Amino acid sequence: MEIDLSLVDWSRAQFALTAIFHWLFVPLTLGLGVIMSIMETIYHRTGDLKWKRTAKFWMKIFGINFAIGVASGIILEFEFGTNWSNYSFFVGDIFGAPLAIEGIFAFFMEATFIAVMFFGWDRVSKRFHLASTWLVTIGATLSALWILVANAWMQYPVGMAFNPDTVRNEMVDFWAVALSPVAINKFFHAVLSGWTLGAAVTLGISSWFLLKKRERVFAIDSIKVASVVGIAGIVLSMITGDGSAHQVALTQPMKLAAMEGLYEGEEGAGLVAVGVLNPQKEYGNDEDPFLFDIKLPKMLSFFATRSLNGYVPGINNLIEGGYPLPDGSEALSTEEKMQRGKAANFALMDYRAAKKENNTAAMTEAKERLDENFSHFGYSYFTDHAETIPNVPMVFYSFRVMVILGGYFLALFILVGILSWKKRFADIKWLQWVVLLSIPLAYICSEAGWIVAEVGRQPWAIQDILPVQAAVSKIETSSVAVTFFIFLALFIVLLIAELSIMFKQIAAGPEPVVNTKK
Amino acid sequence: MAQIKSVSDFLRMYVDGFKNMTWGRPLWVIIAIKLFIMFAILKVFFFPNFLNQQAASESEKSEYVANELTRPSQQH
Repeated sequence: MEIDLSLVDWSRAQFALTAIFHWLFVPLTLGLGVIMSIMETIYHRTGDLKWKRTAKFWMKIFGINFAIGVASGIILEFEFGTNWSNYSFFVGDIFGAPLAIEGIFAFFMEATFIAVMFFGWDRVSKRFHLASTWLVTIGATLSALWILVANAWMQYPVGMAFNPDTVRNEMVDFWAVALSPVAINKFFHAVLSGWTLGAAVTLGISSWFLLKKRERVFAIDSIKVASVVGIAGIVLSMITGDGSAHQVALTQPMKLAAMEGLYEGEEGAGLVAVGVLNPQKEYGNDEDPFLFDIKLPKMLSFFATRSLNGYVPGINNLIEGGYPLPDGSEALSTEEKMQRGKAANFALMDYRAAKKENNTAAMTEAKERLDENFSHFGYSYFTDHAETIPNVPMVFYSFRVMVILGGYFLALFILVGILSWKKRFADIKWLQWVVLLSIPLAYICSEAGWIVAEVGRQPWAIQDILPVQAAVSKIETSSVAVTFFIFLALFIVLLIAELSIMFKQIAAGPEPVVNTKK
Repeated sequence: MAQIKSVSDFLRMYVDGFKNMTWGRPLWVIIAIKLFIMFAILKVFFFPNFLNQQAASESEKSEYVANELTRPSQQH
C-alpha cells in the first residue's frame, strides 16, 4: 500500500500515549474499588466508625482518580474514527457492540451508584450504601470486561464472518466473542493486576502516614486490608498470566517467540529467567540472540504446551513453517500465508468488480476464494517476511519487567502482611520507605504488561486479518503529529492536576474522629 | 439528615451533595474543562470522522474502504 510509514508510526504512538495515560487510572479504580468496598463491609459488620472513616478516606482517593481518568478512554474512540478509519469500518459491530455495552454500564451503573456512595451517607440505609459501593466497584469491573473483550477479539478474532458486500466483519456468535479463552484470561489478568496496583498504592500511602507518625491506627488497618487484597491480586494475576501466556502460545506464537527472544524453536525449550539480547541480532543473520542468558530448563515448553518436552516454534520456524502443529497438521510458512493473503485480497477485488457487473457466477466463485483464504487476508499487505516480527527487545524486556516486578510484589505483600498482622510493620521504617517507593513500580509493572500485549501483537491491528498499515487512515502525518503533542501537553496537565489534588487530600488525611462506636 | 423516601429525596441528595462539596469542587471544574476540550475542541477541530469526509452513504464508505484494502491487488 502507498502508505507513509511515518503516518503509521505517529498514529501508533498517539494511540499508545492515550492508552498508557488511560491505563494509569483504570487499574487504581479497579483495585481501590475492592479495597474501599471491603473496608465499608467491615464497617457494616462491626459498626466500628473507624472503618467508616478509613473507607471514606480511600473513597476520596478513588474519587479523585476516577474524576481525572473518566472519559480519557473516549479519546481512543476519537482516534479510531480519525486515524484508524479502515480498521473501524472493517471491524463493524464486533468492536462496537462491546464498547456500547461498556458505555451503558459505565454511565448508568457507575454514575448512579457513585453519587450514592459519596452523597448518600446518612441518607440511605447502611446496607443500601454498602450495596452502592460494591456496585460502583462491580460496574467499573464490568466496564473493563467489555473493553477487554473488544481487545481480546483483536488478538484472537473469533465469532465473526466477513461480508464482502459491506466490507465489514459481522458478529455471528456473540458468546464466542465474549467468552473466548483469550478474552476470559485477559479480563481476569488485567482486573487482578488492578487489585495488585490498588494494594501497592494503598500500602504506599499508608506507609507515608506511618513515616509521618500520623494516623497510626488508620494506616495499620489499611495495610492489613491492602496486603490481603494485594496477595490475592498478585497470586491470581500469576495464575491468569500463565493462562494468558498459554493462549498466546496457541493463538499468537510470534508474540511468544518475541517475549522469549526465541529464534530457533525446540522441544523442551527453556524459559529465559534473565537475559541480555544481542543488539546485532536480526532475522536472517547468524548472530546469537543473547549476549547473556540464564534459562529455566523446559519451562517455556511447559507453559506453552503443558508438556515439558513440547515443541515451541521460534521466529525462524514461524517464518519458514513446516513444523508440526498441535492438531497434527503442518505449519504454513509466512510465504505461503502471504500467497493466501494475496489470493483473498484478489478475491475481494474480483467480487466487488463482479458485483458491479451483476455477474452472480463470478461473485460466487470469488466469494469461495475469499472464504477459503480470508484467515490470511492480512498477509497480503506484506512484501518482506520480517514485517511479521514485532519489536523483539521491547517485548522481551517488558515481559521480564512485568514478571520480575510481579514476583517482587508477591514477596513484598507477603512480608508486609505478616509483619502487619504481627503488629511489627509500624516500627520498621526502612520497609515503610520501600513500600512507599514501590508505588511507581506497580505502575511500571502494569504498563509493561500492556506493552507485552500490544507491541507483541504488532504488526497486526487484528491478528492475521488486518495489519496496522492497512488499518490506518490516509491522513496527513503532520496532523497526527500535532495532535500527539496536544495530547501530551493535555495529559501532563491533567496528571499534574490529579497528583496535586491527590497529594493535598492525602496530606489532609482522613476526616477528624467524632466517636468510636455507632 | 433526612432518609430518602421518594424520587425528590433522591434528587435532593444530588443537589445537596453538589452544594456541600468541598474537595470534589475542583474535580468537577477539571472534568468540565476536560470534557469541553475533548468534545468542543479536539473532536470538532482535530478528530473528524475520516470516512464521513470521504463518503456520504454506507455503500460509498464500503466502496472507499474496499478500494483502500484491495490496493495491493490493484497494484499487482
